[in-house]
Amino acid sequence: MSEQTLQVFINGVVNYFQHTSDKEVKVGTPYLIENSAPSAFDYTGIIGVSGPYRGTVYFTAPKALLTHLLLALGEKDTSIDNILDLVGEVANTISGNARSEFGQEFMISVPVVVEGAPSGIHLPKHLRSYVIPVYWKAYSAAVVICLEN
Amino acid sequence: MAKPLKMLIVDDSNIIRRKIERGHDATKFEVVGSASSGKEAVEKFQSLNPDVVTMDLTMPQMDGIECISRLVALKPEVRILVVSALSDKATGIAALEKGAQGFLCKPFDDQKLSVALNELVG
Repeated sequence: MSEQTLQVFINGVVNYFQHTSDKEVKVGTPYLIENSAPSAFDYTGIIGVSGPYRGTVYFTAPKALLTHLLLALGEKDTSIDNILDLVGEVANTISGNARSEFGQEFMISVPVVVEGAPSGIHLPKHLRSYVIPVYWKAYSAAVVICLEN
Repeated sequence: MAKPLKMLIVDDSNIIRRKIERGHDATKFEVVGSASSGKEAVEKFQSLNPDVVTMDLTMPQMDGIECISRLVALKPEVRILVVSALSDKATGIAALEKGAQGFLCKPFDDQKLSVALNELVG
């Protein structure tokens, strides 16, 4: 995957958090992991990608970050249902925004949300994933990109 | 003062539906209902008869593009604001061709929502 491709998703993460009441977000240096040991926090929103790129984009975050993010968005209901909704919506927004660079052939699915890590259903074992670390307030999260073309 | 326009919010995310509910100008719009899929939106549209619809695009059962066509067929004068993360120009043009009148890209804040809704009915 090219540096430019990764940058599209990095821009998407930064753009997302800049629309919250606490805009200070930092993105770490991306690194590669094996799909047999996916990177995951408490909750994960997964987007399937098809078209010129095929694979998965997911956003994974601890419960505390998602709770705080709900409040930063003005949402007082921090129930698990809303936390799951939010982690899927962040994944959807970052992936959807990527179409401004990749075009309409970059097709994305509705989000699938899970507790913990994506399963083998979502991640092809023969590929590796790029992890983009995300630091917001005192929390760590990640956007993980597993795409082939 | 003019009567508020009846608004239907369509998005599969509860958080986004509530964000639009909180962020709209209540003097201009009255939220009469919400739907979490295109299919549910068509059903509610027929009973609620809204003047304005905010429409997500990526949704289960029936996506926003198809839903726009269905709603415009039912009520050609309805004003539809697409609220979507799909930020490419082609998607925006496709929505406009189906009958939407405005496009607001996610993520958005209350100010952007207000501007987009005002332009929609302005």
